[in-house]
Amino acid sequence: MPPIIQIVDLVKRYGNFTALDHVSVSIPRGSIFGLLGPNGAGKTSLIRIITQITAPDEGKILFNEKPLLPADVSRMGYLPEERGLYKKSKVGEQLLYFAQLKGMSKAEALDKTKKWFIRLDIKDWWNKNVEELSKGMAQKVQFIATVLHEPEFLILDEPFSGFDPVNSDVIRDEILRLHDQGSTILFSTHRMDTVEELCSHVVLIDKAKKVLDGSTREIRNQFKSNRFSVDTKEPINFSDFPWQPEKMNEEKEESYRSTFLLVEGQSPNELVSDVIQKAELLAFKEETPSFHDIFVQVVTRKTETV
Amino acid sequence: MNKILLIIEREFLSRVKKKSFLIMTLLGPVLFAGITIIPTWLAMRDATLTTVSVLDKSHLFEAKLKSNKETIFVLVSKDEESEKLLLKEAGEHNLLLVIGETNGEKVPDIRIFGASNPSLDLIQSIENQINSELKNIQLKNSGIDPKLVETIKPEVIIKTTVLNDDGEKEGSSAAASIVGIGAGFLIYIFIFLYGSQVMMGVMEEKTNRVVEVIISSVKPFELMMGKIVGVALVGLTQFLLWMVLSYGITAVAGSIMTSKTNQKPATEIVQDQTGSKEMNKKMAKTGILKELQSVNLFSVLMYFLFYFLGGYLLYSAMFAAVGAAVDNQQDAQQFMMPITIPIIASIVLAQFIIKDPNSSLAFWFSIIPFTSPIIMMIRIPFEPPFWQILLSMVSLVLGFLGTTWFAGKIYRVGILMYGKKVTYKELWKWLRY
Repeated sequence: MPPIIQIVDLVKRYGNFTALDHVSVSIPRGSIFGLLGPNGAGKTSLIRIITQITAPDEGKILFNEKPLLPADVSRMGYLPEERGLYKKSKVGEQLLYFAQLKGMSKAEALDKTKKWFIRLDIKDWWNKNVEELSKGMAQKVQFIATVLHEPEFLILDEPFSGFDPVNSDVIRDEILRLHDQGSTILFSTHRMDTVEELCSHVVLIDKAKKVLDGSTREIRNQFKSNRFSVDTKEPINFSDFPWQPEKMNEEKEESYRSTFLLVEGQSPNELVSDVIQKAELLAFKEETPSFHDIFVQVVTRKTETV
Repeated sequence: MNKILLIIEREFLSRVKKKSFLIMTLLGPVLFAGITIIPTWLAMRDATLTTVSVLDKSHLFEAKLKSNKETIFVLVSKDEESEKLLLKEAGEHNLLLVIGETNGEKVPDIRIFGASNPSLDLIQSIENQINSELKNIQLKNSGIDPKLVETIKPEVIIKTTVLNDDGEKEGSSAAASIVGIGAGFLIYIFIFLYGSQVMMGVMEEKTNRVVEVIISSVKPFELMMGKIVGVALVGLTQFLLWMVLSYGITAVAGSIMTSKTNQKPATEIVQDQTGSKEMNKKMAKTGILKELQSVNLFSVLMYFLFYFLGGYLLYSAMFAAVGAAVDNQQDAQQFMMPITIPIIASIVLAQFIIKDPNSSLAFWFSIIPFTSPIIMMIRIPFEPPFWQILLSMVSLVLGFLGTTWFAGKIYRVGILMYGKKVTYKELWKWLRY
């Protein structure tokens, strides 16, 4: 399936500062795409170009294989990190206004808004002023405003900030529901647990450049360290053991853990068969890197080489 | 286009529905009416009575001083020092008038003693009465009958006539001045009142962080123009309501007062107080309404609408840019300064323009788009050459397009800049992004 968004060789400069330096990204249709990067890396600049808030200096963006057009904003939903609502307006009126700005008719907007109010169980908020709402409540309204027009491409910048764990789950489920219905979702977040949980693809931007791009599985494999941990009931006697451990018999609750870094040609199976001759094996696991580790590794390694 | 209409609709309705709009709309005419009615009312009600003890040493004037309902003249005959002592014991509203010795040829030494300074009106009235009596004595001494002099009183009135292609038309500089200053002042108020509303609206959107949500649906320029037009409609609505209500209140109150006191209509009294003497004399002769009719009110109204909107649009775009550039009210002040200077300068210049509406000062300031809305509006009732009006209108339109272009650029960058202390240098950089 062709990608929903294709970013080709994008450059954005502010005066002498380069915010995006020849960035190319392809966002597969139907994916949940994580846009990662340290603060000031250029994520917001990229999002603002996709949402046509600013124009790029070089490069182009294809939306459904055609150059991005002003009318395409009605097919996108954008929840910015810096977000808010009109404080002195009524919740219902405001949602209708935002939906109409996205090109919906008033009747259609009214119908959809009502459905969302029922779904999120906030029926009695319609005539409330936004300033009467708590931060979490306002965030819910904000989320509805983003997705009301059922965009096929949804950009969410730190969507869970301001939510308690319960509401966070409610919103996550709604995001997944929209994804199941066919929306492609671009996530910008610093919360790596969200990335691990939700994203099928990620791109990592650092200092205006793309430094990592691919499906989460590919990236995990790429950063696989070939490190295995072995939990045994009693400590392994390493005096005549053929494998060189990284860590030796760390005491856990009712077990001992040793870790091994395997080099090319060594097989985990051989390791296991040697271990079971020495001690009773309780657990054997490949230590896959977390996205947190990958993020830190990529960003700091890059800093060191510069 | 559809989206701009939506924004205009929201900006208009959200403001018109506010309680403050209703209050201002109702209070405005009460204030306007108050400004015109209260002085009238004050003038009409019984003033406090002042008693003036008159010590006329040569007894030439004491009989001629006429008491009225505000002042009573009482003749006294004791010496000055004992009268002064008596005055100290008397109340606040007592004065002692001492007229020195004279034979009628020489101006006597005249003094008024009192617990506080007497009103200028009273002094003027006493001066006038003594002056005319002195004049009578001197005329008599020269063998001239004062009654004869009284009958010879020519009054010259110069009528102005504007000559143009349409033929001759009676004009009136006095009426033109009133119309011009009034129109200019309305534009001044409108620019400030609603220009700052635009600024506040932009700042609100920025500080609420709602702006990025909106400009992911519409262009920043559309949002800015939608707001400017929406607020303009609010302003026009409010002014229209004000005019209708003010007229209603003044008319009703005026007719009540007139019927009660059976005096001259309130509007005339107001003119007596506010206008200059000559102007009033002329007005009284020909009638205020007739004078005003000499000004082509319809064309003035059309020009007024043009400069009213043109001036507002020119300035509100700049106000919007300021609102977008700053994060808080304090920072807004420093950028407001350069914007407000030309507006205030126009109002200060107004008095010089009115004296000589065809001077080169008047010409240049009515062409420069930053001052033209007010200055040209003051000149319009004096019917300046048409090419000047046309030049001024074209330059205002160009000026509006120019400032809007500049403002749009600053606005577009500014609304997405948070927590940055903005300088003029920074703004200059934004223009080139």
